[in-house]
Amino acid sequence: MSSIIEVRDLSKTYASGTPALAGVTLDIREGEILALLGPNGAGKTTFISILCGLVTPTGGQVTVGGHDILRGYRAARRMIGLVPQEIALEYFETVMNTVRFSRGLFGEAPDDAYIERVLRSLALWDKRDAKLRELSGGMKRRVLIAKALSHGPRILFLDEPTAGVDVNLRREMWDVVRALKAEGVTIILTTHYLEEAEEMADRVGIIDRGRLLLLRDKTDLMHEFGQKILTVELAEPMTALPPALDGLGLTLAPDGLSASYRYDSNADRSGIARLLGSFAAEGVAVRDVATAQSSLEDVFLRLVRDLA
Amino acid sequence: MNGRAILTIFNFEMARFWRTPWESLAAPVVSTVLYFVVFGAAIGTRIQSVEDVSYGAFIVPGLIILTVLQQSLANASNAIFMRKFVGTIHEILAAPISFIEVVAGFVGAAALKSVVIAVVIYLTALFFVDLPLAHPVLALILLILTSFGFALWGFLMGIWAKDWQQLQFIPMMVVTPLVFLGGAFYSTAMLPPFWESVAKLNPVLYLVSGFRWTFFGLADVPVAASVLALALFLGLGFVAVWAIFRTGWRLRP
Ligand SMILES: Nc1ncnc2c1ncn2[C@@H]1O[C@H](COP(=O)(O)OP(=O)(O)OP(=O)(O)O)[C@@H](O)[C@H]1O
Ligand SMILES: [Mg+2]
Repeated sequence: MSSIIEVRDLSKTYASGTPALAGVTLDIREGEILALLGPNGAGKTTFISILCGLVTPTGGQVTVGGHDILRGYRAARRMIGLVPQEIALEYFETVMNTVRFSRGLFGEAPDDAYIERVLRSLALWDKRDAKLRELSGGMKRRVLIAKALSHGPRILFLDEPTAGVDVNLRREMWDVVRALKAEGVTIILTTHYLEEAEEMADRVGIIDRGRLLLLRDKTDLMHEFGQKILTVELAEPMTALPPALDGLGLTLAPDGLSASYRYDSNADRSGIARLLGSFAAEGVAVRDVATAQSSLEDVFLRLVRDLA
Repeated sequence: MNGRAILTIFNFEMARFWRTPWESLAAPVVSTVLYFVVFGAAIGTRIQSVEDVSYGAFIVPGLIILTVLQQSLANASNAIFMRKFVGTIHEILAAPISFIEVVAGFVGAAALKSVVIAVVIYLTALFFVDLPLAHPVLALILLILTSFGFALWGFLMGIWAKDWQQLQFIPMMVVTPLVFLGGAFYSTAMLPPFWESVAKLNPVLYLVSGFRWTFFGLADVPVAASVLALALFLGLGFVAVWAIFRTGWRLRP
């Protein structure tokens, strides 16, 4: 896959002296969904803002579709739609008019049929004549998405698009994003819901303190860091593990009712068969057995802890 | 050049004006009528005429310039300041447009509003006084350039201002005094020689004088000086906006 955005050694230090980005280099592939994760203040919004022309970088280069974002800003920005983190709207405008306005700013000819399709896909068509101040927070956020899509961008930036959006709507929004991806739109989203990245992303980048700590295919990432936990529920509580079971990597729960075992799901030998065999050999009655996959959330927490 | 973007911004800014034409026009017209009553009627009876022009008519060009300056500054600075304040400036900054399009849209709309108001004041004045208009085309050109120039500076103020106080500061502390001392209500020839030379340092005097010349053919300063002052004023404003967009000052951190 060819890259549509190339970021080289991008850095930003705000006038206040805050270093928000410290040399980020990455390629964003055409048609992918890239999720950027990172704690508050990591530099995610700064990164997006620079690419969209809202913040001036202090170092490095960025090209969008081969156009330098500073020298070729017109061509670069034409390809981009941005859904900002903060909701800012003209509260006395109607939904339809504000989307038309965005389209006009990008120099596109009026096309109400296209805008209708966008509004319908975001379940906003019924609200097209409503004033923006009459909308709920979730609707306002969807209006921001409609505005960002108004000129048919090839790249869409979503800065925490689902913050403050209820679960149903979040799923609907994911569907919208997937549909856009199916149309070939490249999507870069930031989120604090790891579930979202896990659900949506092709690749995951983790930013912390202005540095890109890691950029990996999501499935590889889940594999590489994915651990499984086997939990064995015991029929009778135990105060300590019998000697034969000790030393196998088992941890007894404080209540003595279960023991857990971590293993790498990718390893050839997980050691589970031997473990369960040992339980039988010792005559320990097992009530139930469960396994769980560690989530991106665990991976994320571990990474940030390890790399800090 | 992104002509559609200019039109989009321009139409957006004008929409409110057309939507509530009454509110947009009533305030400036009412205050003009008040000036007529206070200055024209009260003082006009004492000052019969200024250089053969009745005092009531004499003050009209100055009144128009006064209103144009206030309206241009206020409209343009509010438009951009509100966007900064609410956060919708993002949209403008992320759009594929240069400062030329932004200025043409915002400043053009603010200037047009002023021109419309100026014309309405002129028409209102016709009810009160006999008002010759010696050079109508030149009058309109000067009016448009003055409106645009002050809208440009208003736009700059809107970018500069960090809060509402700052937004009010320059119009109140600088512009209104300059206009009142700029010969809107008197000819500098009526001043003692010392104050006459002080008044000639006031740039607004050149605008008022030039504009008044297009009505009555009489001026405090040479017309060429007026045109030069206007050109300088416009040019400086344009360079300042260009520099701001180039450096991102108070727009792009
Ligand atoms: N306009 C600004 N002026 C000065 N400092 C800023 C500005 N914007 C952001 N910063 C600082 O830059 C750093 C990165 O902020 P940024 O908004 O990019 O973080 P983020 O990863 O988007 O965080 P969050 O998850 O909270 O949205 C922070 O320390 C922040 O305080
Ligand atoms: Mg952010």
